[in-house]
Amino acid sequence: MDDIDRHIINTLQAGFPVCDAPYQQVAMQLGLTEQALIERLQTLLNNGTLTRFGPLYHAELMGGALTLAAVKTPLDRLAEVTEIINAFPEVAHNYARNHALNMWFVIATETPEEISRTLTAIEQQTGLTVVNMPKINEYFVGLKLEA
Amino acid sequence: MLDARDRQLLEQIQTGLPVCPRPYAEIGTTLAMPEAEVLERLTQLKQQGLIKRMGVIVKHHQLGYRANAMIVWNVPDNLVKQLGRQLSQFAFVTLCYQRPRQAEWPYNLFCMIHGKDRETVLKQLEQLNANCDLVGLEHNILFSRRCFKQRGAVYQPTNTTSLTHG
Repeated sequence: MDDIDRHIINTLQAGFPVCDAPYQQVAMQLGLTEQALIERLQTLLNNGTLTRFGPLYHAELMGGALTLAAVKTPLDRLAEVTEIINAFPEVAHNYARNHALNMWFVIATETPEEISRTLTAIEQQTGLTVVNMPKINEYFVGLKLEA
Repeated sequence: MLDARDRQLLEQIQTGLPVCPRPYAEIGTTLAMPEAEVLERLTQLKQQGLIKRMGVIVKHHQLGYRANAMIVWNVPDNLVKQLGRQLSQFAFVTLCYQRPRQAEWPYNLFCMIHGKDRETVLKQLEQLNANCDLVGLEHNILFSRRCFKQRGAVYQPTNTTSLTHG
């Protein structure tokens, strides 16, 4: 990855135009040819630097639901509980964090009702209390990381 | 609201846009939809906020962002909105939410910082505390120790919808 790649990533994290020749438009902005931009983007996707190039949807407006939840897992049950929680297709992310509440995961479902069903199922299968922390307000949506 | 054609379009592009000179025309060919209609529908879906944005989704680890911190504060209820907006102005704050307090969990304001190392993140936290008048408020910083699971965003009109950090 060189400076041009970094410039491409930083620019495309901010957005991508909806018009008939969007790559040409972005390429001009970056001082590249359309072909060079397309080739570099394809390489970044092929080598795994970028996971995806496309739309970011608003889950709730799509009718779906999301929540953040956490459990206190006894250290000797970490592997077992991780396996149970990760097996749920509704669990999108799961991270160990340095706190008594040591496992934090995001649940994403098609409907709000499925959130509580999933939380209950996780409690039943793990025997642990799940702390549910749905968002009340969101102040920022653009996840941007400078490359 | 979404009609059947919108849903087909959203499903078609969810895994990614074609990387070729006329990507929207190519999507249209697959769906038997004129390019102009693809552009019109996508523009509208963006305006309605169903598509938050188009662009790249990076693997933060690949870019050297190895310190992923969730920082939480217990702030007075009447200040949450103002502070949330203030925090989200900082370029290194990647997500910012108000969430309910819980038993044994007094925090109601959450933000994420994806940093290259812990030292940088701690300095950024100091900057937030100083600039947003958060010094002295109860807070906690939870670094991620291990990522057990991270799957990409999925949208299947007939099945499940998922995204970002909730």
